[in-house]
This record gives sequence, C-alpha cells and structure tokens, in this order.
Amino acid sequence: MVTGRVLVAGAGEGPLLRLSAPISFWGGVDPLSGRIADPRHPDHGRSVAGTVLAVPSAVGSSSSSAIMLELLRNGVAPAAVLMGTADAILALGVVVGRELGYASIPVLQIPMADLDHLESGVRVRVDADGRVREVESAFEPFPPARHSRDE
Amino acid sequence: MRVDLTPHERAFLEGAHGEAAAMAMRVVVAAAELLGARRLVAIESAHVDGCLYHGDGGVEFAERLAAGGAKVAVPTTLNVGALDLLHPGTVRGDAHHGAMARRQMDAYLALGCAPTWTCAPYQAGHRPAFGTQVAWGESNAIAFANSVLGARTERYGDFLDACCAVTGRAPLHGLHMDENRVATVVVDASGVPEALKRADVFYPVLGTWLGLDVGQNVAALEGLPSDVTEDQLKALGAAAASSGAVALFHVVGVTPEAPTVGAATANNQNVRRITLTADKLRPALRRLSTTDADTVDAVAVGSPHFSLEEFAALVPLVRGTRLTVPFFACTGRDVLARLQATGEAAILASAGVSIVVDTCVVVTPILPAAGGVLMTCSGKFAHYGPANTGYEVVYGSLAECVASARTGRVSRDEALWSW
Repeated sequence: MVTGRVLVAGAGEGPLLRLSAPISFWGGVDPLSGRIADPRHPDHGRSVAGTVLAVPSAVGSSSSSAIMLELLRNGVAPAAVLMGTADAILALGVVVGRELGYASIPVLQIPMADLDHLESGVRVRVDADGRVREVESAFEPFPPARHSRDE
Repeated sequence: MRVDLTPHERAFLEGAHGEAAAMAMRVVVAAAELLGARRLVAIESAHVDGCLYHGDGGVEFAERLAAGGAKVAVPTTLNVGALDLLHPGTVRGDAHHGAMARRQMDAYLALGCAPTWTCAPYQAGHRPAFGTQVAWGESNAIAFANSVLGARTERYGDFLDACCAVTGRAPLHGLHMDENRVATVVVDASGVPEALKRADVFYPVLGTWLGLDVGQNVAALEGLPSDVTEDQLKALGAAAASSGAVALFHVVGVTPEAPTVGAATANNQNVRRITLTADKLRPALRRLSTTDADTVDAVAVGSPHFSLEEFAALVPLVRGTRLTVPFFACTGRDVLARLQATGEAAILASAGVSIVVDTCVVVTPILPAAGGVLMTCSGKFAHYGPANTGYEVVYGSLAECVASARTGRVSRDEALWSW
C-alpha cells in the first residue's frame, strides 16, 4: 500500500492504467469516449474511462481542464487520477465538475516509482485519505457503467 | 495548506457578491491550494481563453457564472471562440456545435468581457503596464505579457482564467513572484548569421528550440538584434509556448526585465550557458514540417493572429495575383476593420486570401475537409496542425507560403539555415 498527496479528495476504484508517456488531455483524449486519441501517444487507442489512471505528467495546453470536465460530464472520466508531478490543470477540471454537480473523482500526486509493484490492469482502490492499494477483482471484469447526470 | 484570505476575499466566499461570484472564489482558492500558494494577489486585468467550445460542460460552467449575475472585476479581453461571428459560413460543423459554441461566447460577453476574440490581445489595445499583476490565458499571450510587456502572469487556462477575472484575484505563485522571473539559462545567439536573425522565418524555429531544450526554465537570449520586431518576439514566444510550455523569456537589451545579462540573471554567475549553433536549430526546423511532400493543399497564417504589420508584408506579395490553393489569414476583428478601411482587405480578397476572424483554423473546422498538406509560416500552426486538423504540415517563410499558394507546389529555400 502506498499513500499519495491528496490534490482532490475522494474515493475511486478501477483497473490501473499506467501511461507510459506524459499526455496532454487537450488533443490527446477524446472527451466523448475517453479514448486516447493522440496518434503519437504510446497508449493511443486505449480508454481512460473507469480506470485508475496513472499519468507521469500532464503536458501541453491548459485547455486540458476543459477536457477533464467533459469526461466527467459524459461519464467517461477515469475513476481516479494519480499524477507523478502535481498539476493544477487536470485537478481544476475536477474541482469545477464538483461545482457543477458532476460525480467527482480523487486526484493524487504520487511518485510513479511508488506504483512499480502494481501491474497495469490490476484492480486498485484509492481512498479519501490518499491510500492506494490493490483490491481483489470484483465479479464484473469492467468497472460499473457511469452515467452523465443528464441521462 | 490553508490560504490566507483578506476580509474582501472571504466576503466573496460568503456570497456577498452573489452565488456565482462565490463559486468563482471557491475555484480560485482551490487552485491556490493545489499550487501551494499561501495567499492571493490582486490583478489588474485578465485575458480569458475559456470561451473556446470544447464540449457542453464548458458552456454549462460559463452560463452558471452568467446566470448567477457574476461580472468581471477587472478589464477582461476574450481569446478566440469556435466561430467566426463576422463570416458565418467559415466554420464547418453541425448545428449543435454551432449553437453551443455561440452560447459559450455569449455567456462570456454577459460577464462583461470585451468581445476581442483574439489570441493577440496585446495587439488589440490590451497592454498591461510593466510590473503589473494580471491573469492571462492562451499560451502565446501569456509568454508575450510576461516577456515583452513585463507584466506578471502564471499560465491560466479554462475556468481559472474566468474565475480570476470575476474575483480580481489570482493565486500568488510562480511568475507572479520576483524570484521566479530570474533567468537561469543564458542562450548566446551571437554566432547566428545576421541575415538569419533579421528574417521572420528564424523566430518560430528559435522558439521551438527554446521550448524543447530549455522548457520551463527562464532563459535570457543574448545576441539578438536590438531592433528585433514585436511580431518576431510574438512568433518566438508562441512557438516556445507550444513546444515547451515556456511562459517567460528575456531578450537582453530588448525586453524590459533584461537591460543587461546581469539584470536578467540577478548577477548569478552559475547559470547554464548554451551557444546557439546550426546543429541545434536544424532539428527544430525539421520538427516544424511533418512531410516531404512537394504539393500544397492549403496555406494558413496568423497564429498568433496576424497584426497590421504582418498584413503589410503580405499585401505586396499577393497584390494582383490569384492564388490557386485556399489561403487563410487569421486575425482579430479590429485588424480586419483597419484593413477594410485602407482597401487592403479588397486586395487580399481578390487574390484569394480568406480572412478568418474571432477564431482560427486549428481550433475549429475551417480547412477543407479533404485534408492533405498545410503550409504555414506559424510555428504554432505547425505544432498543433497535424493533431487538430489531420493535415500534414510544411513550414516556410511568408514569402514561401505565398509562392507555394500560387503554384500549389512547395517552394522553399533553406540556404539561410546552413552556416
């Protein structure tokens, strides 16, 4: 078990998706599907939806806050975000989503090396106090569907 | 960490200025906590980038502020939206996109922002004085405000920019503070040939290199011409912000915080020194083109938005000719009004130049849907074009862009880059 610095408090659970390169959500993640859309990104084609997303660092446009907000609104956001380097931009999208009444997710800062004992794909739980731990797989192989508040 | 708030700031949180303004202050305080700021700083102006439509959540946020009666507390200009409001046929896209993009732009106007719709607000009359604290969005505008004007802003983006404008406050951190504005890297450009340093085509390449190699460290550039133009500095900052999130650079003898190297570095002798060579610049030049194709399907200039001076260079190049591929020049509506008054807009139109205002070709669908190869003299278009438009890009000078647009074949001479 490891503990991260809480940027946005909350709890979330899902399969761990460790990105192998920094990402700009703007231009890099499709806000309608959660799919990694940047063809130059090594994880191109995978979806961040419902995952515990480990991002070494966020780069690029500050419009990435807006993409995070759209992911939350469309029900395709990660279940939690673990960031190697603290960044106000992604977290701010979550803060604004909370203001608008969207489901909130935890955002933690945690050194990526602290996650080395966890394999991508294992089920991980993030607690409100910043603890990150592997949990037994739920019966369902995929995280429960999330719905936008408009549905 | 707790943020120390003044009574005025706490009153915002307590709803003294309405629920929407309270929400704005909650967001500013949350950002301050995320950034580790101990208090907020009063700002004198804002430039808001959040008016560009990315999805319906952004519209909901802006309309929440507007419906709650929030108003900007400081003079605030607006960056581009996703529509050319003066030329409604310019932007392709479905009815939902058009309607929501319009609602988002309208909501920011309802907050009391000025309808500038430009990414070069500093060339549309918004020029904060040296040393003033501001909260600006749009990466090129941030770099310009910090570097060329000597105003002080961090990198603000969607939501936080508008919340700073409504509250008149920003988290006190980063480039708002003296100690973070000192150059830690000195770049010596004295070995670069004068002919190259006088050419506009040099600056987006220099900026791309700066972003890649120096990144968010603050650089002092030495050995650039003392009469380097404002548009060249604008191109340098825009490219550096695109390739490396650069928000501040100094040009010794030119920009206000760098009368001397010593002033820019606070007389620190232990700064990193880099000598600029052709070998360093060539990879940056290559990176600005993604194809060796020799045909061109469209040309776009004006990122950041073209200034009157840049149009003054374009007009003689196209006067009396007829371009054979679509040629887009993106600019602010105030610049368009001046071009119309002087008759230059008519010259550009008869040559086949489409003037795009209020938005630009990489943030919203404007380029022909067929795709292909886009030529540009903008480092920022070259950087964002492939991912955002699907076009391959070729970088060249303005004159080369026009020559290529005449024939549909890439016309480029890279002799300047060999020394």
